[in-house]
Amino acid sequence: MRATSHQFPENVHEALANPTLRQALSKMRGGFPVNRAQAISRLPEFDALRDTARDIKNHTLEHLDFYLERFEERVVANGGQVHWCETPQDARQTILEICQRLNARSVTKGKSMIAEEIALNDYLEEHDIRPVETDLGEYIIQLRKEPPSHIIAPAIHVTKDQVIEAFREAHTELPADRPLDEPRDLTDEARTMLRQEYFDADVGITGANFLVAETGTSTIVTNEGNGDLTQTLAKAHVVIASLEKIVPTMEDMATILRLLARSATGQEFSVYTTLSSGPKRKEDLDGPEEYHVVLLDNGRSDLLGTEFREILRCIRCSACMNHCPVYGAVGGHAYGWVYPGPMGAILTPTLIGIDQAGHLPNASTFCGKCEEVCPMRIPLPQLMRAYRTREHERGISPKATRWGLRLWRFLATRPRLYGAVTGLVARAIANLGWGQGVVTSLPLAGGWTSVRDLPVTQGRTFRSLYKQTKSYPASSTK
Amino acid sequence: MPVRETGSHPQPTVGLFVTCLADLFRPSVGFAAIKLLEAAGCVVEAPEAQTCCGQPGYNSGDTESARALARRTIEIFEGYDHVVAPSGSCAGMLKEHYPHLFSDEPEMARRAETLAGRTHELTSFLVDVLGVKAVSAQFEGQVTYHDSCSGLRELGIKEQPRELLGSVEGLELVEMEDSEVCCGFGGTFCIKYPEISDHMVTDKVTRAGESGAGMVLAGDLGCLLNIAGKLKRQGSPVQVRHVAEVLAGMVDEPAIGEPGFGEAEV
Repeated sequence: MRATSHQFPENVHEALANPTLRQALSKMRGGFPVNRAQAISRLPEFDALRDTARDIKNHTLEHLDFYLERFEERVVANGGQVHWCETPQDARQTILEICQRLNARSVTKGKSMIAEEIALNDYLEEHDIRPVETDLGEYIIQLRKEPPSHIIAPAIHVTKDQVIEAFREAHTELPADRPLDEPRDLTDEARTMLRQEYFDADVGITGANFLVAETGTSTIVTNEGNGDLTQTLAKAHVVIASLEKIVPTMEDMATILRLLARSATGQEFSVYTTLSSGPKRKEDLDGPEEYHVVLLDNGRSDLLGTEFREILRCIRCSACMNHCPVYGAVGGHAYGWVYPGPMGAILTPTLIGIDQAGHLPNASTFCGKCEEVCPMRIPLPQLMRAYRTREHERGISPKATRWGLRLWRFLATRPRLYGAVTGLVARAIANLGWGQGVVTSLPLAGGWTSVRDLPVTQGRTFRSLYKQTKSYPASSTK
Repeated sequence: MPVRETGSHPQPTVGLFVTCLADLFRPSVGFAAIKLLEAAGCVVEAPEAQTCCGQPGYNSGDTESARALARRTIEIFEGYDHVVAPSGSCAGMLKEHYPHLFSDEPEMARRAETLAGRTHELTSFLVDVLGVKAVSAQFEGQVTYHDSCSGLRELGIKEQPRELLGSVEGLELVEMEDSEVCCGFGGTFCIKYPEISDHMVTDKVTRAGESGAGMVLAGDLGCLLNIAGKLKRQGSPVQVRHVAEVLAGMVDEPAIGEPGFGEAEV
């Protein structure tokens, strides 16, 4: 997918002018955060679990090579295969080769953000293989030919009427006058359309929420059961996962699972938690004949040993974006690439470069809500600040900001001069108010006054009043 | 340095960190803080050489500027029993972020840690450190309180201002919905991304208006200037003040963004 993160302000402008999106986003804010809060109130040990989960992941990341190799050993022992892929192209090519070897015409897909990251669908289509998204949200946006706007609710920006429109346009073999007004009608229709696809597909591709080193297991959590059909009915099951999805043991996975759904949708557990540890065994009634795990690095191992390694604890629950006031205002597409919201503000510059995605870590008030809700205790604002520091060091932050900061430092390290200048500014702003209490337009402060007034000062600075009287004389302000 | 009284119960000395926004925009907040601290038995001084805590540079990635300003702030405020700021954001900078700025300079890091341990936001200092339960002030009317992000999430300030407001005679606190949601100020954010900031502050003033209160209070001037600026742009009659002004009973001056200041003879 073509990244548009570099034009974030333009994307924002467009998003804020879209009333349908406004409606969808305000609905989301009344949903996920409320449900999460309720789920957590029923789990007194939630915060203790967060500490344990953080420690599990930190330990795993410190011994990443060990656990990944252990995972591969187990997968091979179970009759499967692990493909180590350094770049998105390596991963795409690996998957294409599996599909081509099996003469695949169509592949079914469970929901996978890594597949989005490597733009897998486009690549398969270019090679005449038809990818079919089976997660309802993904199915909708595939019909609409657009990227997901949220990592667990990819079609959160789409209204019911837009889904009806997409279904009528795509499913032309069905009677044109069929009723589609109820959500149930829509899910039934998607189910009908997808059912045969599961049987026809030669390869089923899923993501992974966890890879378990001790057993060679990959785990997905879904609410629709589409992942199960995708991975059991096709000839081959291909798991595409980034390498930080690894955890040492089943018990570690169980610990983090207790955090995942609660943080995401506010469910105690997702409807389906599906574990696959290899191809069909002799005694199994069904299952895939081949089992492949495509392990993607894509720059992640470079983060180990840097301050950004903490983002590798992310379990893609989406709590940060569900609670983010900036995401809540502009939605996911404005971020311009695969991962939106606070976790995207770290991952996007990491994966596509700070030159492309420099806006994202800056588009935060540092309100700290994301860090407050992150189940893995990732210090997201601190990481955004670290990217801002890199931008400043490399000289790619805006010139006006750099000059402003330089001037501010010059003044603020010279208290007498600072006092004189702030005294003049205090008086000037008070005078500009013409007794109105506010300034409605101020040169060089257009970013402020374009959307709100600037309240005037009280005429003199604290320091000048304090020096004079050590108290606040009412008369001095009149 | 203020002179300590000798005796069995020495008065604590407080260095007031006025903050650059209060210094420039609203000195009355600084004086309200002094009044509250003195009423609670402190000897207060606002050191003359103080300027800015360095947060604008720190949050914009200009670590060198932040360190330069942090270094001088640490020096200026050494020697006071406590350092108090009428701002959760600036107090949070001194308390939570200064020590990180000097991770490669052990001696400065130690001094930063010491300062951090002695630094407090105003309402938190009054309630948590001094054990103040009530103030002697009067205010007729309903107010609503916006929880500024840094104070709330970095310093745990939530009940302290509400407890003190509860003791103000005549004042009724009515909570707005989403009082903990960011107002969209965010320092340079509000200038770099005015459209997002506008959306957020519009939500905030809408919620504040729905509460029915005639006045919005908060503990940080950044948020207050943003909220007042939006209310005034909308022509709203809702007034805005720093919580310290109400707690100190210093509400004779016009509220933030209200007419009254700015005559030519100032």
